[in-house]
Amino acid sequence: MMIWTRTFRRVLGRDVPVAARQGRRSTSAIATQRTTPAATPIDIGPGDPLLAYFHGTAGPVAIDSIDLDSPALRAMRAAGVKLVVPLISQGELLGLLNLGPRLSDQEYSGDDRRLLERLSTQAAPALRVAQLVREQELEVRSHERVEQELRVAQLIQQQFLPKKLPNLPGWQVAAFYRPAVEVGGDFYDFIELSDGAVGLVCGDVTGHGVPAALVMATTRSILRSDAPRLVSPSKVLERANTLLHGDIPSNMFVTCLFAVLDPRTGHIRYANAGHDVPYVHTADGVTELRARGMPLGLMPGMHYEEKEAVLAPGESILLHSDGLAEAHNAERQMFGFPRLRQLVAEHAGGQKLIDELLTALDRFTPPGWQQEDDITLVTLSRSAGVSDEEVLADFMVESIPGNERQVMDRVAKVVAVMGLAPKRLERLKTAVAEAAMNAIEHGNESQPDRPVAVRVATADGDLIVRITDQGGGLEIPEAETPDIEAKLAGLQKPRGWGLFLIKNMVDDLRVHTDERHHTVELVLHLNGDGDGDDRN
Amino acid sequence: METAMATTGIEARVRHSGRTAIIDLPPLVDAASEAPVSKAYQEAAARDARTVLLNFSGVEYINSTGIAVIVGLLARARTEGRTVATCALSPHYREIFEVTRLADFMTMYDDEAAAVTKVEG
Repeated sequence: MMIWTRTFRRVLGRDVPVAARQGRRSTSAIATQRTTPAATPIDIGPGDPLLAYFHGTAGPVAIDSIDLDSPALRAMRAAGVKLVVPLISQGELLGLLNLGPRLSDQEYSGDDRRLLERLSTQAAPALRVAQLVREQELEVRSHERVEQELRVAQLIQQQFLPKKLPNLPGWQVAAFYRPAVEVGGDFYDFIELSDGAVGLVCGDVTGHGVPAALVMATTRSILRSDAPRLVSPSKVLERANTLLHGDIPSNMFVTCLFAVLDPRTGHIRYANAGHDVPYVHTADGVTELRARGMPLGLMPGMHYEEKEAVLAPGESILLHSDGLAEAHNAERQMFGFPRLRQLVAEHAGGQKLIDELLTALDRFTPPGWQQEDDITLVTLSRSAGVSDEEVLADFMVESIPGNERQVMDRVAKVVAVMGLAPKRLERLKTAVAEAAMNAIEHGNESQPDRPVAVRVATADGDLIVRITDQGGGLEIPEAETPDIEAKLAGLQKPRGWGLFLIKNMVDDLRVHTDERHHTVELVLHLNGDGDGDDRN
Repeated sequence: METAMATTGIEARVRHSGRTAIIDLPPLVDAASEAPVSKAYQEAAARDARTVLLNFSGVEYINSTGIAVIVGLLARARTEGRTVATCALSPHYREIFEVTRLADFMTMYDDEAAAVTKVEG
């Protein structure tokens, strides 16, 4: 006796496996030729009366005894099926055991039928377990696919975000981007233009995942290629709209702010394709840079209003996406634009503003909050002017290994009058020594005739130590957290702690590079963490 | 421009207390201390020390290359089945050992007497 089965589930209001979702159920029948059996799948349509018949039947059923107008029944007969044993577990028809004629050509006996019935009562639960395992596997695979897609989306997104911030003399630039779990389509960019101007981009693509990331990459490429040629922000957005419309899916669009800043004068020209309005922090409060325009890719032939403004010394601009303002707390209240605007009014720009905004968001959202959308924050602050920076010391040392301790001791002496908390002073000393050592050994390659320049200054409530070497044009790696386990296991070299230490010892670390020089700026916010208090 | 040359105190003395080797680290724990610290460790290993106690009481300065020297010593000791502990780290360098997570792999004692009492049990 040879048996082939193909199983199906008859599902009522439950998750349906892939085969059944396609609307047809199939079973396999014994081959018509006994010597070379091959199972022929037999489809049972969802409306076939045979399903209802077997659902209400226990034990083996001779095909010839069934009198129904059923396409599946005819197919079974044609395939040589003689006996069918429904496999039912917990009232659910899971499959059919289809049997051809006995090899002896005799009819199935009562013993055969009893044996088959017992077999079916044991096979059905086992089959159900197998089905559940398979469903589980499919779910895991589907989950893995989603994860994979998220990774791809993240990769695209990260690939196209700026690797470093522009070095604009007299400006402090800071940026923050944090993707949501389901990556959204936020992007920002800085585009170098002629005459020292810089293009500022902040945008958001509707939707999530790979499609949004691809549209974001396309938009960025269009802006990058057109901005240097067209310069006029409204023209750049017009052209981007024309190129994107018809090229991106009809249910997608891109909001985008494009501005051109002349860092020497603070003059800014801007146009906006429906993106969140930038805020400008001024001495008199917050102003908004509003300009009318439809999102990119929605309709052809759009025109964009172009406006201009001047960012005065001491003022700063915040470009942002809605991920922050539209975050919700446990009561489903929104963080809101008024709150964001208020925070911009209270804090000057720079990394400090970004830190304040993120702290406010942390306080607003419940513990374990899952970020709903990408968050992008870009700030540019115009320095209040060189006269506002009080230089405490300017000196140079030769690039001889070991001279970093001289730099450390000199800086410690200069700042002694400032009443830094002892532990903050020690941290600053370590950061200064490490930065000076990098400047001597890496930037200046330990060549004594290449001096390391050091400036100690205060500005806007910050203590700033600038250490400049002549290693311009060198890429400075990001300060990564060293993997001590790998180092102890001999998988990595024991070295590589310098930048990590610096970053952990000061409140802010800024790096500026031009063609000839490389400057590390170590910043301590004064009157923080026990400064001016001798007891600490 | 200042031209003073760098100098480093390059000594790492080893003392023994039972199965514990106490290495008195030089005032400057930096790249130049690598050879003497390595030599001191070899001496401790030759005496089959069970624990290597790094004594920081005379240390004035540790930099990132000095951290690498300690990491290298610790890696070697772990491979050879020796325990490494520290004593007399200043509060600042204690913080640095915590930030770098060296503290996860070495017990930090306040002073040598406390360390030896505890280690020798």
